[in-house]
Amino acid sequence: MGARVNAVPARTSPARANLRLARFSRSREGRNPRNGFREALYVINALIFRAFRRTPVNSFKWLASAILLGVLAAGCGQKAEEGSTIRIGSVSPLTGPQTHIGKDNENGARLAVDEINAQGLVLGGKPVKLELIGEDDQAEPKTATIVADKLLDAGVVAVIGHLNSGTTIPASKRYHDAGIPQISPSATAVAYTAQGFRNAFRVMANDAQQGKALGQFAVGKLGARKVAIIDDRTAYGQGLADEFEKAAREAGAEVVAREFTNDKATDFSAILTSIKGKSADLVFYGGMDPQGGPMAQQMKRLGLNARLLGGDGLQNANFLKLAGADGEGVVASSPGLPLEGMPGGSAFKAKFEAKYGPIQLYAPYAYDAVYILVEAMKRADSAEPAKVVAALPQTDYQGVTGPLKFDEKGDTVGGAVTMYEVKNGAWTVLETVK
Amino acid sequence: MCSPSSCLSACWCSGPPACWASASPTGPRRGRAVLRVPGLAFLYSRPGLAFVLLAVLLAALPFMVGGGLGNSWVRVLDFVLLYMLMAIGLNIVVGYAGLLDLGYIAFYALGAYFYAWLASPHFGLHLPFWMVLPMGAAFAGLFGVLLGAPTLRLRGDYLAIVTLGFGEIIRIFMNNLNAPFNLTNGPQGMNLIDPVKLAGVSFGKPLHVLGMTVPPTYLYYYLFLALTLLAIGVAMRLQDSRVGRAWAALREDEIAAAAMGINTRNTKLLAFAMGATFGGLAGGLFAAFQGFISPESFTLWESILVLCMIVLGGMGNIAGVLLGAALLTIIPEALRYLGDLQRATIGHVVVDPADLRMLLFGVALVSMMLFRPSGLMPSRQRKRELAAEDGVAEQERADLYDSRA
Amino acid sequence: MEIFTQQLINGLVLGSIYALVALGYTMVYGILELINFAHGEVTMIGAMVALTVIGALVGLNPELPGLIVVLGGVLVAIPACMALGFAIEKVAYRPLRHAPRLAPLITAIGMSIILQNAAMLIWGRQYVSFPPLLPQERHEILGAHITDLQIFIVVLSFAIMGGLWLLVERTRLGRAMRATAQSKEVAQLMGVNVDRIISATFIIGSALAAIAGVMVSAYYGLAHYYMGFMLGLKAFSAAVLGGIGNIAGAMLGGLLLGVIEALGAGYIGDITGGFLGSHYQDVFAFFVLIGVLVFRPSGLLGERVANRA
Repeated sequence: MGARVNAVPARTSPARANLRLARFSRSREGRNPRNGFREALYVINALIFRAFRRTPVNSFKWLASAILLGVLAAGCGQKAEEGSTIRIGSVSPLTGPQTHIGKDNENGARLAVDEINAQGLVLGGKPVKLELIGEDDQAEPKTATIVADKLLDAGVVAVIGHLNSGTTIPASKRYHDAGIPQISPSATAVAYTAQGFRNAFRVMANDAQQGKALGQFAVGKLGARKVAIIDDRTAYGQGLADEFEKAAREAGAEVVAREFTNDKATDFSAILTSIKGKSADLVFYGGMDPQGGPMAQQMKRLGLNARLLGGDGLQNANFLKLAGADGEGVVASSPGLPLEGMPGGSAFKAKFEAKYGPIQLYAPYAYDAVYILVEAMKRADSAEPAKVVAALPQTDYQGVTGPLKFDEKGDTVGGAVTMYEVKNGAWTVLETVK
Repeated sequence: MCSPSSCLSACWCSGPPACWASASPTGPRRGRAVLRVPGLAFLYSRPGLAFVLLAVLLAALPFMVGGGLGNSWVRVLDFVLLYMLMAIGLNIVVGYAGLLDLGYIAFYALGAYFYAWLASPHFGLHLPFWMVLPMGAAFAGLFGVLLGAPTLRLRGDYLAIVTLGFGEIIRIFMNNLNAPFNLTNGPQGMNLIDPVKLAGVSFGKPLHVLGMTVPPTYLYYYLFLALTLLAIGVAMRLQDSRVGRAWAALREDEIAAAAMGINTRNTKLLAFAMGATFGGLAGGLFAAFQGFISPESFTLWESILVLCMIVLGGMGNIAGVLLGAALLTIIPEALRYLGDLQRATIGHVVVDPADLRMLLFGVALVSMMLFRPSGLMPSRQRKRELAAEDGVAEQERADLYDSRA
Repeated sequence: MEIFTQQLINGLVLGSIYALVALGYTMVYGILELINFAHGEVTMIGAMVALTVIGALVGLNPELPGLIVVLGGVLVAIPACMALGFAIEKVAYRPLRHAPRLAPLITAIGMSIILQNAAMLIWGRQYVSFPPLLPQERHEILGAHITDLQIFIVVLSFAIMGGLWLLVERTRLGRAMRATAQSKEVAQLMGVNVDRIISATFIIGSALAAIAGVMVSAYYGLAHYYMGFMLGLKAFSAAVLGGIGNIAGAMLGGLLLGVIEALGAGYIGDITGGFLGSHYQDVFAFFVLIGVLVFRPSGLLGERVANRA
């Protein structure tokens, strides 16, 4: 064992590598915090690389490397320079299954930032520029908190994000502790604004608002009497289904079945058969299109003649593809007004599509969120987080997604919800409910 | 980056004989190779000085990392320590006792939920941290025994698949127990969990001391570090203890171990319980640290991730396990820059680092088993056992089901 | 009553699919005593390859009859999966044949992760929809509905199982397989090329997986890189339930598990008065698995596996 390692000629090279690294880093040290950052990364990479190449590793080598890294790290510790540039964070999953939706959010925010910069923003008598820092939370709660710290390190004055409720909630505590405003374009879980954080806002109707609208619509307009409810046991699906159940009961419908599936399931025949046995006339599904599509098919296959109703998780193009011909007549909601009907809506669409291609989902909300933030900054005449947080509740803004005001919790007031139905293989607007 | 230091501490903490041998220049005695670092040679003969240096380094690490790389990397450091705790625990089950547990994350989840039950507005209980944490660890340990008991007669693959089943069952229950009574708040997760509060200092807010502001991540770092060092100490002591030898015997040949008078049932259960206790401890810390937990943090992939850590680092060897935990926590964070780099240079992401991450884990698992089954830092014993040799292994591949028990 | 019949039919169709995948597990396990974790992923790759071919065929000539198109997809997917199965065994399992159990088990998990992520890189993360090419004519039996496709799935599963049974019991290759399963050393002494037999086992199992994959995606109308994992776990549970290493056992176990799941998810809410519900559907498979392994590890039809060495 010992002989083998001694035979490896690379015995002294790590030390030399360390020296080389040290020299390399010293030459640039202290110029720019970002360089120091990158250099530290090189060292980490070197450490990792060596760990892979040469083992068993003697402890002292590690010690040496660690000390080196420490010295280096301590040498380049400087705060980001504050100037006429204001940094705003945008967080959404930029890798992983929701990449396209995440990038969409960031693009929406970026479009707004670019526009505002082009118009010129003056705060406290001085012209300022906005800089958007896009971060990736991988739709993972743990990563979300790391990213939140990263943005705080970068000295952001506000955050637009995150995309998912599951990441927005743990990260919101970080922003709350740091006292900077957070506006989520798309997190809909009630819990986000129910924490009592004064800095947390959202521009989309929450699950309670959407679920309530859906429940009233199902009973009032679709005439449902016996309702079956299925959810996919995710925070989104369950939250929406619970609120729907409440609203449907209040409106006088009978909930004949409450069934469950999960967000990876493909077979719903057992629960649908059970629902059929209870002769429901409407099936509400709280979940996303990968399950909703096959569910529509299996309902037809089982001869279950009830209408399928869903939330914004179903109201997308992928659902139409997965459900095929069996998707006909399915109704789903989406918060906000149909973009085409909004003043400035089609203009936004044209601008966005010229720059980034088709709108995926929530880009208009991220766009509005940035404008609301900047409006608040203008009112406060400052980008200071505390002042912006104080100014945000007075928001009264006409965005591309509709009129936006906040209640005392930070939820939108009177957020509209629009109902769509699949007709001839396309989503068509049924009506907008307030 | 804290890996090197903690690996070191693994050696220093466990007291002189076992540890110093591995670092001493006369290494071959223990079968370890030694590499001299020019300029640091004086340390070899001065253990005391080295110890002081190490302690200073560990204490200063968050400030160096935080100052140089920012607070977010201190948080990464905290997660490194959490995963180290978990890896040490799983190593007891897999590395020491040779029981492949694919549902280990369940104990992490149990520890986290237990902490959330007793220290959050969910039930209106706000018990102090020092009380909840050991209780949570014990609670997870108890579940370790409960889940371990039915599997006593199973070995190898069957054990792996049953533990996987248990892990999923626990997660599914956590995800669904918001009705008929609201125990876990279901998929919504539990929020506003109390931060750690020790001696009147709340870890939830930055601490102002001596004119300095110490962010919570730093405070958690010291707490996690202390507990990780404790766990390392316990694990090393266990390995060389009577129980540790019994585990090794069990791992090598269960029938022979039984013949030597080892109570295989209790020994196995103890391994499960010890492993689960560390998992529960880490879980409780995770809950306090994050302030929010939901079932999506406790999927099967997390179990596999922790398993990857100990396989990569070296099963059965604490230093290796710590190295594995550090690498697999830091690499994904470092890979993130790959995405940023692509965005900065080409404007969009061609190779998604998140995709790459899982693929790399898979490749690492397979290639480690094929080319270096004993891990990056192997324990001598496990290395011998895992080497593909005829004869020795054949007899270990005995039956899956022990008809005696 | 018709609801109960319908649930039985649901369970039988689901169970047939489990059974077909379970056959692959059981063959490999019977011979190597190795859980080929990657088998579920081979099923997924089969579905994905077939879908790609089907998409290309439809794109080339939309007039082709659906059955021919699907057949074309299957005929490409089978050799692709055979090659994949062969490669997996050669690369990941063969070098570790003499290593302790833990090693091949960990490579099996590793292979499963690799295949999943490779599929994700190739076919993307989105769910891919399967075009409605196969006849979905609905029939009524005792008030319950069953489609042509469902009947076809059940019949095909039984036919394949019968064919496999004949192969193992009546052919030279089958005899060599059984000999290898009994004892590799002795089989070798008798002139059996053990390496080749093990390769053959993987190849046959993978071909079955390809067929199962296409059936699953045709039945549910979609395919996804993640679909193999849970399917594989369920199928493994089915194989264990029936008695691992036993072909008829895999079939019985698959059907039973399918029916247990369907009836469980359909009735548990009513039986327990809402205390437990269909959210525990996946738990049933695991409970069955754990129960069988703990109390009767040989399964329903298996021989005792204890002390075989």
